[in-house]
Amino acid sequence: MLRHILALALKELLALLRDKRSRFVLIGPPIAQLLVFGFAATFDLQNAPMAIYNQDQGAAARELIARFEGSRNFEVVARIDRDDEIAALVDERRALLVLRIGPRFSEEILRGGSGPVQVILDGRNSNTAMLALNYTRSIVTDFNEAWAARRGQPGSPARLEIRPWYNANLESRWFVVPGIVGLLTLVVTLIVTALSVAREREAGTFDQLLVTPLRPVEILIGKSIPGLLIGLLQGSLIVAIAVHGFGIPLRGSVGALYLGMALFLLSAVGVGLMISSLAVTQQQGLLGAFLFMVPAVILSGFATPIANMPQAVQAITYINPLRYFLIVLRGVFLQGDSCALLMDQYWPMALIGLVSLILAGWLFRHRMY
Amino acid sequence: MVTAAALACRRLCKAFTSGNRVTQALDDIDLTVAPGRIAGLIGPDGAGKTTLMRLAAGLLRADAGELRVLDLDVSREPLAVQSAIGYMPQRFGLYEDLSVQENLDLYADLQGVPVAERGERYAELMRLVGLARFAARLAGRLSGGMKQKLGLACTLVRPPRLLLLDEPTVGVDPVSRRELWAIVQRLVREQGVSVLLSTAYLDEAERCDEVILLHQGRLLGQGTPASFSEPLAGRCHLANAPAIPKRRLQMRLAALPAVADAIIQGERVRVVTHAAGPPDLSELDAGPAGVEIRPVAPNFEDAFITRLQAERAEATPNPPLPGAHAMAGPGGAAVIRVDRLERRFGAFYAVRDVSFEVRRGEIFGLLGANGAGKSTTFRMLCGLLPASGGRLEVAGHDLRRAAAQARGRIGYMAQRFSLYANLTVAQNLRFFASAYGLVQRRRQERIRWALDGFDLERYADMASGDLPLGYKQRLAMAAALMHEPDILFLDEPTSGVDPLARREFWHRINRLAEQGVTVLVTTHFMDEANYCDRLVIMADGEVLAQGTPAETKARFRDAERPDPTMEDAFIALIEQRAQAAGEPP
Repeated sequence: MLRHILALALKELLALLRDKRSRFVLIGPPIAQLLVFGFAATFDLQNAPMAIYNQDQGAAARELIARFEGSRNFEVVARIDRDDEIAALVDERRALLVLRIGPRFSEEILRGGSGPVQVILDGRNSNTAMLALNYTRSIVTDFNEAWAARRGQPGSPARLEIRPWYNANLESRWFVVPGIVGLLTLVVTLIVTALSVAREREAGTFDQLLVTPLRPVEILIGKSIPGLLIGLLQGSLIVAIAVHGFGIPLRGSVGALYLGMALFLLSAVGVGLMISSLAVTQQQGLLGAFLFMVPAVILSGFATPIANMPQAVQAITYINPLRYFLIVLRGVFLQGDSCALLMDQYWPMALIGLVSLILAGWLFRHRMY
Repeated sequence: MVTAAALACRRLCKAFTSGNRVTQALDDIDLTVAPGRIAGLIGPDGAGKTTLMRLAAGLLRADAGELRVLDLDVSREPLAVQSAIGYMPQRFGLYEDLSVQENLDLYADLQGVPVAERGERYAELMRLVGLARFAARLAGRLSGGMKQKLGLACTLVRPPRLLLLDEPTVGVDPVSRRELWAIVQRLVREQGVSVLLSTAYLDEAERCDEVILLHQGRLLGQGTPASFSEPLAGRCHLANAPAIPKRRLQMRLAALPAVADAIIQGERVRVVTHAAGPPDLSELDAGPAGVEIRPVAPNFEDAFITRLQAERAEATPNPPLPGAHAMAGPGGAAVIRVDRLERRFGAFYAVRDVSFEVRRGEIFGLLGANGAGKSTTFRMLCGLLPASGGRLEVAGHDLRRAAAQARGRIGYMAQRFSLYANLTVAQNLRFFASAYGLVQRRRQERIRWALDGFDLERYADMASGDLPLGYKQRLAMAAALMHEPDILFLDEPTSGVDPLARREFWHRINRLAEQGVTVLVTTHFMDEANYCDRLVIMADGEVLAQGTPAETKARFRDAERPDPTMEDAFIALIEQRAQAAGEPP
């Protein structure tokens, strides 16, 4: 039994690694995706283009503008002095935000009143608009407090003291990169396994395999091992790059991380083999893998929080192994979680893996023509 | 004035590169095809037939050399060439969801045939191919032979001056094959079309006016079929020894040094000697009755084989097959039992009411055209496909439900090469040895046996997908025999391999059968049926006849055909069946 499985796993690995194209698929795209996600996919707003429409000549207005100019979130790309210039700037996306300071702004606040500042936002991408607005708010709040302190006035009645835990600078990369570990291991494992039976079906070798004394369960295990191994290697590589390349802290136990990874890979292999035993051609296998992958990523909390989804959709996420693994990843990386704390994430992945592998094994025998 | 040649090429070369392997598909070909005749492009798979066709049709560009079709330079004026020729590729692009008439209309549109001319042309084509009654039928529901005829009609929808037919008869049943040939001959006779037709069936060479013999990209010869076989006059004989079975006689004759080739033909053995005159049979132990031998006229296959043998002077002698299961000869016990086997796909019966038994040590044949249900039956026997009805037993088990060990008693060789193409020969052998549960010494021994016995040693580290076709087949067979199975399943083992490899293959099968291995083989080559001890002939999923080859043929012996071939018997069976069903074939 063990000998059979070993022979099969060795054959699978050889078949995979001797082929130049599949070697490339295992290495090229994951690295490219890691770079794209790690560097380009960020929720932070930096150097957002803004325009300033200053109708005031006073010192207070200049000070406020200086704060915007000094912020790394914004870059002042234009200064305008007529109302009708605003529309053109926003329409052509030259400015995300236009800050308009009224003619009596300095005068009003020097008198102790409050001066109106208008913000015009490009709301077409609501997410970015909200971010820009938040940055604007905090700059204006800082300005207010500094102004009040200098003039010996009491500050705002309630003052916000912000202390973000786990990610002190609220860097979105710390949130995104651990997620990529899950995303990329899913992609690679799914592709390796989803194509494995289909490739053999296309080449006619699957029949040859089925007429040997190998039992379906041996074939199943033999075909799972390469997926697990490659997934583990790939996962470790990405974890290493995340820690050493992107400087993400790995605060929890490595054991907890690998237990999670192993269980996650088990479920990914199960799903991959299930797709594989349904697919007749490699094309169908690939299509099936993507059909699973896209919703799995969207419904995982990788980018958008599961809590924001409608109740019915939230229920679907419970059968998504990536959902659990992302919690494990972020837990171990940022929170320093231990195995015990992550038990609730481990057992659903193990269950999904078990069920999908059993289903895949059943489909092997019953979907053969 | 001399009429321009239908096709002429000088120093034509074409190579294909896949990975780091370069295949010289055509190597320095010089030839001229005269117009108004049927020229046959003959050669085994990989000879370069399709490449030459595609070059002539302007679908590929030659690496070097000149190619003129109907006096037009193909590389300069591919469109002019394409509008003057008709090209029917191996798999003609019929639209299966369109009716016969709609397919014709579509090709008429594509070829720009004026609507006014269509009525007359259609009528003529339908008369030619005999599909008028089926005009409304969907192309997907035609038989294999009818599809080929429709493909031919679509190719002819705008009358071409040169017709290129790429293996039009492959996998088609013998009746349709005869009809296709009749159509092509009539086209040449009545309309003066020039035809270049490729085929892997050597018996079709004799129907051509001229034969172009290709092998591994090189031109071995060109001339009338007779010009090929004439040099062999006096070297061909038919031998018969009443006391010993024909397969044993064939093996003994083949071993004689004077014999170039010995194959089973009908109930006799056809012998080709190296020199004129019958072979010296004094050393042949053929029992008290001796060997009857009589001269026969040489045919094209004899000529082809002797030429190929000359090409491959270093060809390996038939290697011994040590260590296969040494059991008693054919025993009485049935090893494979099939009883009213049935397989439905929806409302369609791929196999219906099939019953037969195979005894131990027998070579048992499943004969029929493509789509006759042979492969479906075969897959059910191997446990790869569940039966919809009936019972089947292989070595006492239904392999679909039996324990894994039961599968260890069978060997399986699929129709197309189905080992791991990107693994090396040695890696493939090691994997299958382990898969069959061989360990340690035994495993080493069997791998050594395979490398030596099949002459694979020198290819041991080559990716098996890059092997020459004949060696792929050897490797597949070595893998199937690794564990010394009692029963060997072979699905169309000889389709596409060259005649020399076919001979070697049957030689090995004969040896295995002598050692008591039961062999079940499917084939669409009617002449190979004579190697079988017993056979069933299938058509449309049903058994038409079963028995020994001699019995099967004897049923159709009459004054007109005193010595019918298996093909004659097959055609007669199909005709009988069609008459019983009340429609002309």
